[in-house]
Amino acid sequence: MSADDTSLTAAQRDDMRAIAAEIIPASLEFDVPGADDSAIQADIVATLGRDAGLVREALDQLARLAGRPLASLDPARREAVAMELRATGGAAVAALTRVVLQCYYRDDRVVRALGLEPRPPYPKGHVLEDGDWSLLDPVRARPPMWRGA
Amino acid sequence: MLAKAMNRLGWHWWPSDTTVATVDYEGRARCINLGHCTPACTQGAKASTDITYWPAARRAGVELRTHCRVREITMNEHGMAAGVVYYDADGTEQYQSAEVVVLACNGVGTPRLLLNSASGRFPNGLANSSGLAGKNLMFHPYAQVYGYVDQETDSNRAPPTCLWSKEFYETDPSRGFVRGYTFQFGRGVGPVVEAVASEAKGLLPWGAGHHAAFRRLNGHRIGLSAICEDLPEEHNRVTLDPVLKDSHGIPAPRIDYTIGENTARMMEHGIARAKEILAAAEASDICINSPILYGGWHLLGTLRMGADPDRSVVNPWGRSHDVKNLFIVDGSLFVTSGGVNPTSTIQALALYIADQMKQRLANLFD
Repeated sequence: MSADDTSLTAAQRDDMRAIAAEIIPASLEFDVPGADDSAIQADIVATLGRDAGLVREALDQLARLAGRPLASLDPARREAVAMELRATGGAAVAALTRVVLQCYYRDDRVVRALGLEPRPPYPKGHVLEDGDWSLLDPVRARPPMWRGA
Repeated sequence: MLAKAMNRLGWHWWPSDTTVATVDYEGRARCINLGHCTPACTQGAKASTDITYWPAARRAGVELRTHCRVREITMNEHGMAAGVVYYDADGTEQYQSAEVVVLACNGVGTPRLLLNSASGRFPNGLANSSGLAGKNLMFHPYAQVYGYVDQETDSNRAPPTCLWSKEFYETDPSRGFVRGYTFQFGRGVGPVVEAVASEAKGLLPWGAGHHAAFRRLNGHRIGLSAICEDLPEEHNRVTLDPVLKDSHGIPAPRIDYTIGENTARMMEHGIARAKEILAAAEASDICINSPILYGGWHLLGTLRMGADPDRSVVNPWGRSHDVKNLFIVDGSLFVTSGGVNPTSTIQALALYIADQMKQRLANLFD
């Protein structure tokens, strides 16, 4: 199996979508989609790259814990399986979690909901408030603390 | 917040300039707070050598050959370096003769090249009559401590480093270790790094509580790292791997390194003081990464500088004790690591050695 956008089987993609929703559910309160959102899922699948092997391993682990498609379980059981997967830990689950988080938190809608501008830093940059330079007064008043040459 | 905390404790601190141009300077634009200083600066404000030293060197006639890999230094019948054998960008073996060979591959690459240049005359590696080539490898073990405050921080909207402190830099025997460390203070991180790191630390839950927890963490992180002065220990070393080779078939370096007792005590001290600083800043959810796992980036000490040929590899002005037209101008010269980021010191040493070569040109090989 190659690490391109077809690197997950249909069943693995379904489980990925379901576990992503367990990690980050949609929220009306914060006006954000869940990580099972189709655009975010497309980003995850398209950019798995070198993580593909570990993510498949984690999804296999998930399939064993769930016994059947995660989405087909009732909500309480889905949550229990997700918590068990997280507690099991390991490099594979860490990789799966990381790809979900990184794709979620670079989605424009999510970035906007955090009060940030969804744009690259260049060329606009950022403007910070000037610091209070008088804070340095006590430091300037200290005697020298370095060794003499 | 951090400055106020340090003032409350009465400890030294200073703003960091982090080698970025704050005004337009010699064709480089001023910093506009892109925030991604470490991988690259699109603005050109960061004073990396590709836009500082190299353009000047090329204007002065230096030819830069990129994507080349040197396999070995060759010697002539007089015991002088004659040139180098290297592979060019196409993988074709080439030879470059030289009157003087100057190495700047840093604390792993340079000893690797010398060890790979062993010959009948130098069976233990070139310039290695002391047996020290590759030994005394030093890093800067970083003890990182961070936490979260109620106020919003600058986060990733400016150079990552904002302040330094030398409060614990000098030796104080009461601390139980020699030498010391610099504290490097960070502004924070962006949403992706915050999410991944906080989930891994158990601060960011899965499920219903995720969003509220993330908003409490994201943009609220403050932290600092103790950059600890590693000491030279001969068992920490670079040798040649007996099996592993690179894509050109050149023996790869093998690294043996263990954090020494002195450094370990220093890191513990740094963690304890960092917690006090974060407490003074009213931070909570304190997290510790010690050592940071990705911190083996300062490669120092493996070809130490000194006057005694039995205890050093190069002389006090950078020339090999054994090969009189072979010079080293990188971090491998360090005799201790210093408790600071080393690039400025490496550059100062390189400039010093270049000046020495120029001043001694008439009798450079005596």
